[in-house]
Amino acid sequence: MSLLQTHLLQTRGLSRHFGGVQAVREVDFELPAGEIRAVIGPNGAGKTTLVSMISGRIRPSAGRIRFKGVDITGLRNWQRARRGIVYTFQITSVFQNLSCHDNVALALQRKRMTGLSGRVHLDADALRGEAEMALDRVGLAARLDERAANLPYGHQRLLELAMGLALAPELLIMDEPTQGLSESEILAFCDLIRRIARETTVLLIEHNMAVVMALAGRITVMNEGAILAEGTPAEIAANIDVQHAYLGT
Amino acid sequence: MTGRKQDNPWRTPMIVLVLLLAAQFVLPAYHHGNLTRIMVFAVFAIGYNLAFGYAGLLSLGHAMFFAAGLYGAGMSAHFLGFSMPLAFLFGGLCGLVLALAVGLVALRTRGVSFMIVTLMFSQVGFLTILYFNEFTRGDEGFVLAQEIRQLRFGETVLSLTDPTLRYNLALGLFAASYLLGVALLRSPIGRVLVALRENESRVQMLGYNTFGYRLLALSISGALSGLSGAAYALLFAYVGATFAATQYSIYPLLWVLLGGVGTALGPLIGTGLMFYLVDFASEITSSYLIVVGVVLVLLVIVFPKGVIGTLQEKWRGLRS
Repeated sequence: MSLLQTHLLQTRGLSRHFGGVQAVREVDFELPAGEIRAVIGPNGAGKTTLVSMISGRIRPSAGRIRFKGVDITGLRNWQRARRGIVYTFQITSVFQNLSCHDNVALALQRKRMTGLSGRVHLDADALRGEAEMALDRVGLAARLDERAANLPYGHQRLLELAMGLALAPELLIMDEPTQGLSESEILAFCDLIRRIARETTVLLIEHNMAVVMALAGRITVMNEGAILAEGTPAEIAANIDVQHAYLGT
Repeated sequence: MTGRKQDNPWRTPMIVLVLLLAAQFVLPAYHHGNLTRIMVFAVFAIGYNLAFGYAGLLSLGHAMFFAAGLYGAGMSAHFLGFSMPLAFLFGGLCGLVLALAVGLVALRTRGVSFMIVTLMFSQVGFLTILYFNEFTRGDEGFVLAQEIRQLRFGETVLSLTDPTLRYNLALGLFAASYLLGVALLRSPIGRVLVALRENESRVQMLGYNTFGYRLLALSISGALSGLSGAAYALLFAYVGATFAATQYSIYPLLWVLLGGVGTALGPLIGTGLMFYLVDFASEITSSYLIVVGVVLVLLVIVFPKGVIGTLQEKWRGLRS
């Protein structure tokens, strides 16, 4: 059975150094489809570097990455996005000067832009309908024509997520999605992630342990660029090494 | 809210074009000639705006694309006997091909590096023109003979020395470029370009090959600049290296900044303002650039986003 089991994502010996600093060292990471996986660890543990290599924002110094059984190590970030690896940013990076509609339409229109005519003209009404649906999934449908810059911060994060969802991701990577959100916003956000996870595999970096414990099926703990432990939330909570890494003996 | 209809995007362009069409019947000869030149240069500015205003590519080398069109059209007509329409299209093609080639190298850089690389390429272009002085006549330039500046339609022969014909050809070229700019800004490609200006890495993470889009923007920009240069050579009969010098890379930047970066109408307004500013100031004093400089500074203070950009913003503010 174990031979047949294919992972959605798999890394082998993945490493990255910045000058003399080894940010990630020989990480073998596996993620089965359908999971919500949280990556936790102290600052500088290499979490963001790891997911950046997976999404293609940074090139690894060594190692391979396979996605759905195909080696994607050499692919550029936009090519990976087309294959279904979607990354939502730690710092909100919606297009401030565009409307919510245009933000989401950017994510949606790419698939329609085939041939020259599709590049020049798209069915605006159909696109608008789709954009409205995508915004509706995060509860922003009423803000369709609002400029993104005018949205409150929590809504901008939701818009960012709506853009990610509009790409119909197979793997949704979120870097600290709840950072800067209020308690009530975090609760709503967790509900939303659970709903999303029915269709999509989710990989999230998160500092808020309550969120991690509530959402994650499994947790990967990183420390000093390597995977320290992996297991269910209960296992991780009981793990003595993890406590050492966090509390510093 | 969701059913809100957007304003008709073609209304302003249509009004502007009708006004320009009508202007030729009321303007005195002097301003008539000026407006012809302004419209030709505005096409250059529209081309520049596509790269800078839409895609965020701050080039300091657009003179090379203008000059490519100028020499491409001028020399092919002068030495190879190309007909006027053919020479014109050939000039545009020169701008396009040069932009594509330069883009493949220069677009690997960003920001300040991109400015310097384009400046250098442009400088190479300028020096190349001077080097082949024998054919290009360098700084001195050459004048296109009247005999070849003719449009033939069967028996009918129209001379490009006719101011009315020149005005309307310039208007035609301007109208086509202007409408292309408006259409592009509203197209799916335009949306990607504008997003690119704001945050390139975000656009990549949406699955777009951003290098391809930047190359596309620069190529269209180069083609329009080339067409503008070609029109200048054929309509005003002069081809010279001055147009390849750095100042002609700075002018389109100033025109666009003055009119409004990323606006469709800005290039025309900026070009026109600048043209008359220089014209007016040089009547008063020989050190007219001082006057021009001061007025530019004042304009930037009053209209920080360019004339059209700032007016648009005020107008939006009034309505909401």
